Amino acid sequence: MMNDERKRELDEMCLQFRQDLIDLLYQIQTGHPGGSLSCTEILTVLYFDIMNLDPKNPGWEKRDRLILSKGHAAPILYRILAERGYFPKEDLKTLRQAGSYLQGHPCVHKTPGVELSSGPLGLGLGAGIGMALGERLKGSDAYIYVVMGDGEIQEGAVWEAALAGNKFKLSHCIAILDHNGVQLDGTNEEIMPMGDIGAKWEAFGWNVIYCDGHNVMEIEKAVAEAKQKTDGPSILICKTVKGKGVSFMEGKSAWHGKPIGEEDYKKAKAELGGGVK
Amino acid sequence: MSRTIAIRDAYGNALKELGAVNESIVVLEADVGASTKSVLFGKAFPKRYFNTGISELNMVNMSAGLALEGFVPYVNTFAAFMATRALDPVVSLIGYDHLNVRLCGTYCGLSDSYDGASHQAITDIAAMRAIPGMTVICVSDEVETKKAVFALADYKGPAYLRLSRAPAPVIYEEGMEFQIGKGVVLKEGNDVTILATGTVLHRALAAAEILEKEGIRPMVVDMHTVIPIDRELVVSCARKTGAILTVEEHSIYGGLGSAVAEVVAEECPVPVSILGAVDYAESGDLDVLMERYGYGADAIASRAKSVMEKKER
Repeated sequence: MMNDERKRELDEMCLQFRQDLIDLLYQIQTGHPGGSLSCTEILTVLYFDIMNLDPKNPGWEKRDRLILSKGHAAPILYRILAERGYFPKEDLKTLRQAGSYLQGHPCVHKTPGVELSSGPLGLGLGAGIGMALGERLKGSDAYIYVVMGDGEIQEGAVWEAALAGNKFKLSHCIAILDHNGVQLDGTNEEIMPMGDIGAKWEAFGWNVIYCDGHNVMEIEKAVAEAKQKTDGPSILICKTVKGKGVSFMEGKSAWHGKPIGEEDYKKAKAELGGGVK
Repeated sequence: MSRTIAIRDAYGNALKELGAVNESIVVLEADVGASTKSVLFGKAFPKRYFNTGISELNMVNMSAGLALEGFVPYVNTFAAFMATRALDPVVSLIGYDHLNVRLCGTYCGLSDSYDGASHQAITDIAAMRAIPGMTVICVSDEVETKKAVFALADYKGPAYLRLSRAPAPVIYEEGMEFQIGKGVVLKEGNDVTILATGTVLHRALAAAEILEKEGIRPMVVDMHTVIPIDRELVVSCARKTGAILTVEEHSIYGGLGSAVAEVVAEECPVPVSILGAVDYAESGDLDVLMERYGYGADAIASRAKSVMEKKER
């Protein structure tokens, strides 16, 4: 179990990642801040304290795999992959620029550490189920993590995959829902009310575990609990805040993919710290 | 009359044979296994057979995951659904990441004749052909089907294998040489070329016999791989015969005819006539439909003569 000291370290890392994310997105004037900020803790805990990885050997057979199905959160994924040692941090500034291996949305054939190309929402869970079947056929006990957005699960493909996850009893496929309640055009409630999301997944045969998606300790505990479930797949419903950490971005659909202006940049950095660049 | 066997039966048998010698083959099915004949593999290798229910899109998503794990998935449903409902991950995962997935679309063209236009596939080649790096193969008989199924096991990159429901006369000898991307010349001639793909090939051969009786010497080519198209062969046909007729059980837009016309326009402009579907078809007996929609041997022969007449004199 995570102790308080480790929690502090991870929280500090998350703060650093948020600062760097705002610097980067301000610098390149493109990319999605809102959904990156909401899954910062989720990805940080998974990459630093949970997943079995070898960044020096990204194709290592026995590694755990993470699919960022909400591919628009690529900037925070890249920041974390760089910290983990998959590629140099200096390259982050090439994000979304012609010739870069850091595409606007994750690309498995260009970027070390990325496990699936994503962007068109709703495809990651089915692919993750395919991977989990593949791992099972190989007799491996690796885990497949699939991080989805709550707007994303409006896609029918997600529910086709949910049925399959239950049919094949893939307890090594763990879905993680970044439930920030906000999508591009507005809140989930306004755009497409999702009702009782947990009840829906339970009805599809999944183990449902709730946690605070900004509390690293809770995330770690929730994943550990999911790993105890051997009767089928699990989903963590992580309550999060879109734009978390930057007050004027929090809960605002407008910050889904908006470029950051100079004034907003200064305000954001004043809140997060780390100075302006 | 030569022996006939339905392409789907040939496919199911070949897949099962392949599964016995290649452990990396996995098969996915969307609840039409008794129709696609993937069930033959499933009965022999249940651990490597995944029936995903009626969810074509998810089936293809799952195949992407399995391909990334190093397996070679053969994915099965009707061609009409593979190139529509499942097209999203075909483009954004299978194509984009150049994955070793074999998309096997059966009941192509009008071959699911009684089920009607909803189950007939006349836009699938066009949809698949536009995807960068995709290979499209349409097989014409039992021998070629088996060759294609085996050739695809070791092939690098994504492929669409277009299969018919219809009984097809066996055209080839067992030892025929099949190479992906290389057309097969079945008849040499100087007057006109008939390039065909899929099970309409035997109709093209029948048309050639009609032409021969009239003293016309047509060249007949099995262009089983629509993309990458055998450019060299297309150009040599254009040079040698000066006029080309393409025949496919598919829309005249975006299929074999388009592929051939693209090459001919660039390399050796000669008249090209594209025989295919101009509209949705309907329910009915397959042979009746094929006649009704312009695929009769007489109709093909007549089109061949028309394109010959357009040659520069």
